[in-house]
Formats: sequence, C-alpha cells, structure tokens
Amino acid sequence: MSSPALARHPEHSMPATALAEAGSTPAVVTPPTAPPSFGTLALRWYRLNRAGLRATAIGVISLLAFLLVWHLLTTYRVVFFVRFTNVPSPLAVYASFSKAIHDPKFLMHILLSCRRIFIGFSLAAVVGVPLGLIMGRFKLVHEIVFPVAEVLRPIPAIAWVPMAIMLWPTNEQSIVFITFLGSFFPILVNTLHGMSLVDPVLVRAAQCLGARERSIFREVYFPASLPHIFTGLTVGMGVAWVSLIAAEMISGQYGIGYFTWEAYSLVQYADIALGMIAIGVLGLGSSVLIRGAGRLVMPWSAK
Amino acid sequence: MSEVSVNTPKGHIEVKNFSLAYETIEGAVQAVTDTRIHVKPGEFVSIVGPSGCGKSTLLNAVAGFLKPTTGIVTVDGERVNGPSAERGMVFQQYSLFPWKTVRENVEFGLKMRGMPRSQRERAARTLLGLAGLEAFEKHYPERLSGGMKQRVGIVRALATGPKVLLLDEPFGALDAQTRVIMQQILTNMWQRLKISVLFVTHDIDEAIFLSDRVYCMTARPGSIKAEIPIPLERPRQQSMMMSSEFLALRRGLMSLIREESLKAMGGEISDMGMQGLNIELHGHSLADVI
Repeated sequence: MSSPALARHPEHSMPATALAEAGSTPAVVTPPTAPPSFGTLALRWYRLNRAGLRATAIGVISLLAFLLVWHLLTTYRVVFFVRFTNVPSPLAVYASFSKAIHDPKFLMHILLSCRRIFIGFSLAAVVGVPLGLIMGRFKLVHEIVFPVAEVLRPIPAIAWVPMAIMLWPTNEQSIVFITFLGSFFPILVNTLHGMSLVDPVLVRAAQCLGARERSIFREVYFPASLPHIFTGLTVGMGVAWVSLIAAEMISGQYGIGYFTWEAYSLVQYADIALGMIAIGVLGLGSSVLIRGAGRLVMPWSAK
Repeated sequence: MSEVSVNTPKGHIEVKNFSLAYETIEGAVQAVTDTRIHVKPGEFVSIVGPSGCGKSTLLNAVAGFLKPTTGIVTVDGERVNGPSAERGMVFQQYSLFPWKTVRENVEFGLKMRGMPRSQRERAARTLLGLAGLEAFEKHYPERLSGGMKQRVGIVRALATGPKVLLLDEPFGALDAQTRVIMQQILTNMWQRLKISVLFVTHDIDEAIFLSDRVYCMTARPGSIKAEIPIPLERPRQQSMMMSSEFLALRRGLMSLIREESLKAMGGEISDMGMQGLNIELHGHSLADVI
C-alpha cells in the first residue's frame, strides 16, 4: 500500500494531451523512472487492476506449483500412504496428449461425450425451466409434482444406470437419459427457488400498469427468476458431466468416460490422467459457456 | 353502480363505510374500521397517521390489491374490483423492473395497452424529457440514485394517463434534500396534469406542503380521526414552511398524531418501563406527561 511509487502518484499532474498520447500505448507496469505521463497512466492502470492481476499471478503460480509437485512425486515414485509408483508424470501425460490429438478415435470420444451432454442437458433445460416456472406460479401443479420430484431427487444419477438400460432400447439413449436426469433436478429446484423470491411489489407494479396474467408471467416472473435459472443451469451442467462420466464408465462403448476406464483396463496409465484432464477442461468450458450466455441474456446484472 | 355518465368528472375517489380485517388463528384482526374518505377530481389529498394505523392498507384497497371486508371503494362511481391502469401507483420501494432500462420501464404500461413500439418509444421519451431524465433512458435502474428511481416510478405511473395517482410513502427512503426536490417535481406534474392524488405519508410537513386536504387516522384499528383542509395558496414555495399559518397547521396535526402514536405504543411502553427511564408519572397517564 505504501510503496514509494504509489505514494508519489498524487504529485503527478496529467494534462489531457499526455493522456491522449499515452492512450494507445499498451499499459504495462513500469518502474517509476519511465516518463511521467506514461508512468502515471501505467500506475493508474495497475492500481485499478491490482486485484485482478494479483489473482491471475497467484493462479498461474499455483498451477505451476501443482505441476511441479506432481512431477516430483511421480519422478521419485513416492510411497507415503498413497502410492505414486504407477502414476504417470506430467511429461508422460503431455506425450500421450500430443499423440491423442492426432488420433481421430480420441476426438470421436470427446465429440460423442459433448453430444450426449448437449442433448441431455438441453432436454433438462427445456423441460426443467418451464416446469419450474409453472410450478412456481400454479399451486396445484406444485402440489402434484413436488412430492414426486422430492422422492426422485436424492437418487444419484448413477443409481439409475440399471433402470435406464431397461427403459431405453439403445445404450446411447440410456446414457443421454442419465445425463438428463443429473441436470434436470438442479435446474428445476433453482427455477422454483427463483420463482419463490420474485418481489411481490414488482408484480403489483405490473398489475397497476395494466398487465394481465400472461404478461406478468413473461415480463416479471420470468426475468426476475433468470439469475436463479442460470445458477440452476450452471449447477446442472456440472452434475450432467458427473452423471455422463459415470454412465459411460459403466455402460458405454464410446465417450471420454469410457476412454478413461478403457485406459485403466489396457494399463495405459498416461491415458487415465489424460482422460481425467480432458473431462476437467470440458466441464470448465461448458460452465464458462453458460456463464457467458447468462451475461448475454441478463445485461442488467452486468457490473 | 357501474354506469358512468359522460358528465362525471374524472378521478373522483369515494371510500364508504370501509373496514378491513385479517383472518388469523386468534380470530379476525381489524386493520381499518368504519372509514369514509373521498378525493375530488383534481384534488391532492394526503393520509397521515401513526405507523401501523392502516393508511397503506386503505391505499392498497383503493388500488384494488385488497378487498374491503365491508364497505365499498369507487372511482368515478365505478366499483374498484382489482388493480387497473386507471389507478397509477407509486411505491416506497421504487419497484422499477431491474431488467428493463429506464425507458422500457416507462413504456411498460403503454406496451400492456398494445401501443406499437415506435409510438410508445416516442411517448416515453417525451415523458422522460419532462422529468429531466432523457439522458438516462438507456440506463438500468440499478445505476440510478434513489431520487431518480422514484422520478422514473412516478413517470411510469403517469405514462398510461391514469385518472388517479396513488402514492405510498414514495419519498420515505430519500434524504431530506432530495425529498424536497421530489415534492416540487410531484407538485408540478400534478398541477400540469390535473389528476387526483391520494398520498400516504408519515411526514406531517410533507402532507401539509403538498395537499389540499389531509386526513389524519387513528391508531389501529385505523379510522379517520380528523379531516384538515389546507388553505395555503398555490403555487407553494419552500419559504411557506416557516409561515405562521403553516406552523399552526403543523402544530395541530402534530398533536393529533402524537395522541394516536402514544395510544399505539401504549402496549409497548408500560409505566414500569418509564420508571426505568427515570420519568416520574405520579399517577398521571403517559399521554398527560408527554
């Protein structure tokens, strides 16, 4: 906080012309010996973005440290309660990664998993969100559906695997069904929660402006619930991946979960870690997509 | 009841033999009882009273959100049967739609009426211009100050051209300076539009400064304790608040409300409690001492 550079900052005066000149220069943290106008600008940029820079820097260091620890543990084959004897090193995983990205079979595994997620999750959103909205608005629907949902909700998607295989004619369908189930309940519950938190004053305000039931639903209840709907979609996407991987490991023939399990059966240890990392990256990517969609749909909640 | 002759002036509110009770497990709780008020077309009428006296309940019944247990609420002879765009309302909590921009908020009532987009955009811009808000039309409410939010709230309520405007402590959450400015803005709009206003507040100065007439309510169960005409001339200036006429009205209303506030607090402040505060009652009632 009290570094000399920061303490000196208020003394600098920055004429408008200097600001315009320095505006196009990429702002980089520079030592205070730089020309005053540029230094002021850089300092200002640094001060405004300090928290973000700090987080990024620490994040990168933390990831590197994780890789280093992983490398050391596997290189020295540490056995200390946990056995790292057969665990592949980061370099081995990287080698198998560079081989895999040229392998159409690996890409097909990933594509198939993504397709299952897309179908299962989309179905869950298309059914879960409207059902939650209707349950939140009409007591009778809530009273009918809620008890059933509450009984089914605690059943983990993996426990549905045998039932799903009986219910659906093909393996593909049963895996998509399990993915659907995994994401359906978080989406439904969060949508319901959003509906229950809609400010009644806003509903009254709409009524006073001549809004009828249908308009109130579209113009008040739905947008007011959107933040919670998106929470449900984010959580649902996470559970969708968990359920998909479990289903693929048990009954799949393709997919990244099957790939990971197959690697274990074939004693290709580097591929196990590769599969795990691929799952992690895909999960991260899909939640980033949902968050981005949320920001597009709800411009008012942007900071 | 439902026929309205063409000659009927617009915005005549009548509340007759009104009472409203809530059902609870211990039985019915009377919120408002035996109340009779009216607002003439183009008149500005305030309701003041101790907190919890049911003044907001009364306003909500006029808006159509609450059904009277007994009695009847009419506007221009037509029975109030639920909320409608004929009765615009402004709430204390601003109640702007956070997902709509300032202009979209103002347009809302016109949209509900089915006005085409380009037409209602133009109407909203004009109204926002009158309220000095045109620069903020694309902003979301979150970014506005309290005073601006409430200006948007008032403009939105007026956009559909209602017969009456109902305001429920609209300036209660604003700081003193903003409050004064908002009172001026409201007065200006009211005089320009010649609309009937029913205004609920707990601020006596505000009620006197704005109104043609003030109803003072009793403690719960609320009923009308007094009806005070405010003969101050218009347009009203801030300086009038120091005039002897204003101060006399203020004193009168103040003592009426204090009586009722003490009644309302009677259950909460016992004689024992007052002794703990070192106030000697000497057998007098609390109201006499204070």
